[in-house]
Amino acid sequence: MIYLDNSATTKPYKEVIDTYMKVSEMYFGNPSSLHTLGKEAEVLLDQARDQIAKLLKVSKKEIVFTSGGTEGNNLAIKGTALEHQGRGKHLITTNVEHASNYEAFGQLEKLGFEVTYLNVNESGEVNIEELKKSLKDDTILVSMIHVNNELGSIQPIKEVGELLKRYPKIYFHVDHVQGMTKVPISFKDCHIDLCTISGHKFHGPKGTGVLYVREGVRLFSLFTGGVQEYNLRAGTENIPGYVSLAKALRLSMERYVANKNHLFQLREQLLNDLVKIEAVILNSPKNGAPHIVNFSLPGIKPEVVIQALSKKEIYVSTKSACSSKLAEPSRILMVSGLGEERAKSAIRVSFTFDNTIEEINEFVRTLVSIVSQLKEVMR
Amino acid sequence: MNYNHIVIRYAELALKGKNRSQFERRLQENIKMALKSFPNAKIERTFGRMFIQLNGEDHEQIAEKLSKIFGIHSFSLAVKVENELTKIQDGALRALSEILDGKKTFKVSAKRANKGFPIGSQQLNYEVGSYILQNIEGLTVDVHHPDVEVKVEVREVATYITCAVYQGSGGLPVGTGGKVVLMLSGGIDSPVAGYLAMKRGVKIEAIHFHSPPYTNERAKQKVIDLTKVLTEYGGKIKLHVVPFTKIQMEIHKSIPGNYTMTVMRRIMLRISERIALKQKALAITTGESLGQVASQTLHSMHTINEVTNMPVIRPLVTMDKLEVIDVAQKIGTFDLSILPYEDCCTIFLPPETSTKPLREKANKFEEKLEIDALIEEALANLESMEITPGQEINKDFEGLL
Repeated sequence: MIYLDNSATTKPYKEVIDTYMKVSEMYFGNPSSLHTLGKEAEVLLDQARDQIAKLLKVSKKEIVFTSGGTEGNNLAIKGTALEHQGRGKHLITTNVEHASNYEAFGQLEKLGFEVTYLNVNESGEVNIEELKKSLKDDTILVSMIHVNNELGSIQPIKEVGELLKRYPKIYFHVDHVQGMTKVPISFKDCHIDLCTISGHKFHGPKGTGVLYVREGVRLFSLFTGGVQEYNLRAGTENIPGYVSLAKALRLSMERYVANKNHLFQLREQLLNDLVKIEAVILNSPKNGAPHIVNFSLPGIKPEVVIQALSKKEIYVSTKSACSSKLAEPSRILMVSGLGEERAKSAIRVSFTFDNTIEEINEFVRTLVSIVSQLKEVMR
Repeated sequence: MNYNHIVIRYAELALKGKNRSQFERRLQENIKMALKSFPNAKIERTFGRMFIQLNGEDHEQIAEKLSKIFGIHSFSLAVKVENELTKIQDGALRALSEILDGKKTFKVSAKRANKGFPIGSQQLNYEVGSYILQNIEGLTVDVHHPDVEVKVEVREVATYITCAVYQGSGGLPVGTGGKVVLMLSGGIDSPVAGYLAMKRGVKIEAIHFHSPPYTNERAKQKVIDLTKVLTEYGGKIKLHVVPFTKIQMEIHKSIPGNYTMTVMRRIMLRISERIALKQKALAITTGESLGQVASQTLHSMHTINEVTNMPVIRPLVTMDKLEVIDVAQKIGTFDLSILPYEDCCTIFLPPETSTKPLREKANKFEEKLEIDALIEEALANLESMEITPGQEINKDFEGLL
């Protein structure tokens, strides 16, 4: 099996699954319970939180556990809008966001908020000048994806942070789900107030995530009913999940540090091979993230390619997993100005540390033979 | 990152003569301990200053650690260059541009500790200042209220250029002033008392009175966590947990309600004195503040203090609650302290407590207790542990994280 759909989800590390099982079995107490079992669970959760805070170089109080990227984005965006609407009702985002971000803004528009959607260039990047012009007196939030999940485009988070630093009334939220452990950023250096990450994108379990909430930022909580997670998210904590997330984060960051160039090497090899295939047009920008390569096969239905590849146990995807079952062309590629033909026929290959050059070669060989077969049939 | 050094200035320079070198050596040791996780950082000591060579280590994380070490008045990120005009000019330009960030005015303050350097301070101010003006647009000199002061220090072997000063914690290096034991309850006050005691250079060992099963396991964990916070300021700290249940039961049985608090405090003080003697500590520190609660009236202190002639240091004695809370928040103990677990002072709280207990009465009531035997038994079952800075993973959880 060659798994090249790591932007959709990653395979949990064996060690992470072990942790999940052990914690579920041995530390099943409710951390809110007063007895010893509860206390053990509470201490374990505390240590997981501490480990994550240290890895992210933030304070323990700034780590809020969530059920994943979608919840993190919703809590950050709706939480800010609802809490601070007295100060202003203008919000800014981009039109290349993940659906969990995009649709949250859509809902807020229905509630009377005004939303500016920033455009992107062909590389999928926003323009700082356009952002600057969009800022208004009643702007309360700028929210932006760091690494685009379809194209791998990287937004200039540092520059945006530098700009927004001069507007203390505006909160800055970053959807870092695809960037975590692949394209690191410093939350403090980039002046980020809120940052979403998701466990299953770095070999942790599904249903786990973290929202970084800078100390001093107040949010309207979306789930009430208990004091868990600093009153921001009521509900009994998913201890095995959060402990496993902490472990997956540590392992993935260690692997990133030990082998920074590996993903770049895989990407370079794939790009070199792809440009030699006549039917292929590359969509990912040159300076994109090292783990995402997006290309189109104009005139060929990508679903057919995906099915043919899966018969050979090679797994890639079309667009974002969350919207790949919709038959429309990719919204992200459309707004990036790549045209309908490319947006309809896009294929995304996404790596992780475990992938090898041999796997890339095997994928390209198989792709070439599939494409030539399809061309014959379709002629 | 252009900055390759940190310059450290000492607090309380008035300490001179023999004490001074001991003071400096201890400070160097404490800094070395605090920076253990940055193996490439090297500490050098010269007369009147200390320098840390960063060698690529993260300056922000190191600055964070340094800001907590007592005995440091202030410190600055510095660029170290050779004693040569062009090198100094270039270094000053690099140092300034890194922190400029929209600031508009500056001045250069040159100082020559090395009088052999051929250019005088005034001339150096001019040479460096004009070089900066030529190379950064939109910047002007303001000698009275500059946004940035570029300090150029020409010393024997090298020149140090600094642009921003960070405030240190002041005080004296922990370990230069002997040792005290700290009665640590888990409330807001006692951790602050420990912090303030350490600020005056003393090392602390903490003592906590624990009454299982009446007090929750969490109460003990809370004290361990509080001690851990204190270790960030004073290095590793021994924590002694005294089993106190039996003594409290006995007091509860034999002592009139309005004197139970007084007698309990007297016994705690006796036990603390015994631990202090054994650990070669010379005083007992508490978080008492005059007039805050019944056990802290002047009458009450007078009666409780009768049982020891060891110095009892009460750093908070004149502070208001709000002042104490301010410090607790600053040093990071407040959020832990307010966790609502029962401790040994609240669990057996009598309905009424005398605010003016008398020594004679306390002594008379105590005759009903076998105090010495109770104390011996508690001491025999003492649980002592060493708490070190930084979170370690609990043994039970090993492998899980």
